[in-house]
Amino acid sequence: MTTRLLEIRQGVLDKNDQLAAQLRRRFHEAGVLTLNFVSSPGAGKTAFLERTMKAMTDAGIRVAALVGDLQTDNDARRLARSGAPVRQIVTDGMCHLEAEMIEAHLAGFDLCALDFFFVENVGNLVCPSSYDLGEDLRVVLLSVTEGEDKPLKYPPMFNSADVAIITKIDLAEACEFNRTAAHASIQAVRPGMQIFETSAKSGAGVDAFIAFLQAQRSLKTQRVAETRPA
Amino acid sequence: MHEVSIAFNLVESAEAAARQAGATQVKAVHLRLGRLAGVVGDALQFGYDIAAKGTLLEGSRLVIEALPAVIFCDTCKCEVELPDVQMFCCPRCGKPSRQLRQGKEIEIRAIEIEVDAAVEPLKQP
Repeated sequence: MTTRLLEIRQGVLDKNDQLAAQLRRRFHEAGVLTLNFVSSPGAGKTAFLERTMKAMTDAGIRVAALVGDLQTDNDARRLARSGAPVRQIVTDGMCHLEAEMIEAHLAGFDLCALDFFFVENVGNLVCPSSYDLGEDLRVVLLSVTEGEDKPLKYPPMFNSADVAIITKIDLAEACEFNRTAAHASIQAVRPGMQIFETSAKSGAGVDAFIAFLQAQRSLKTQRVAETRPA
Repeated sequence: MHEVSIAFNLVESAEAAARQAGATQVKAVHLRLGRLAGVVGDALQFGYDIAAKGTLLEGSRLVIEALPAVIFCDTCKCEVELPDVQMFCCPRCGKPSRQLRQGKEIEIRAIEIEVDAAVEPLKQP
């Protein structure tokens, strides 16, 4: 018997990352912009998405969603009220979504008939940050009731996000939300990140977010067209 | 608490590499863990012992090398280590940076394995 040191340099989540890369290619080929929505439990992901998806569907924008929860399909039923195709992933206790779960639940969605595909992750500001799901954009939500310094407490998640949404802005005054401090916390951990202030109740900020999504999709379609061989 | 799930991924990858190298046992796994990986080292250690049970890794050590977050500063034109992850600004000049160069790693760097000397492949001249 001899002991040897074997260099391997292998990412522990390589399998997930490779699958995510395949999903990203599938989404690109279908021309759909995919978003991964992450937040703490109760930040208002479902309420925000319900309002946003309803507005999108009413405007003729083709959107569908995949919703992750530890238990129940309550959120999928709420989102389905928008009229959009929605499916639930029950993780049965698992604290995050992985690329494998997304792939397993894509059957039944006609990606080519979609403009946008939303993934609502499990409410958790820690674990989902490690898992690429093949999304184009990771959207982190923060509600005004949570405390302005939350981004400083969860830098891996906020730093990995592309866009931030402040939810429940209609409650800002009641909970003495310090807007300047919240924006500063977000910018500290993710310099330059675009921030939308929204209310699922009044609808504030929803149109601006949809306009942003449309612009992002156009950019992506352009990039895909440019890279396609003539 | 996804560290247990990460530990199972880790053990699976390390065991596959060990088997491929003809190992009879794994003595240690050396892991590079970034400050922004979203993984707690202690929790991973705990999950590791559970995941290693009944595998070639049973009883082995998990050696974690903690990696700081490193950004690239456009102004200073170099990579700089962040003293803390609450502020993504260059510690030298104070300019913010979005260019993360290190800190998200969950990477097996090497494994220490026991191999049967008799079946060890001959070294190429």
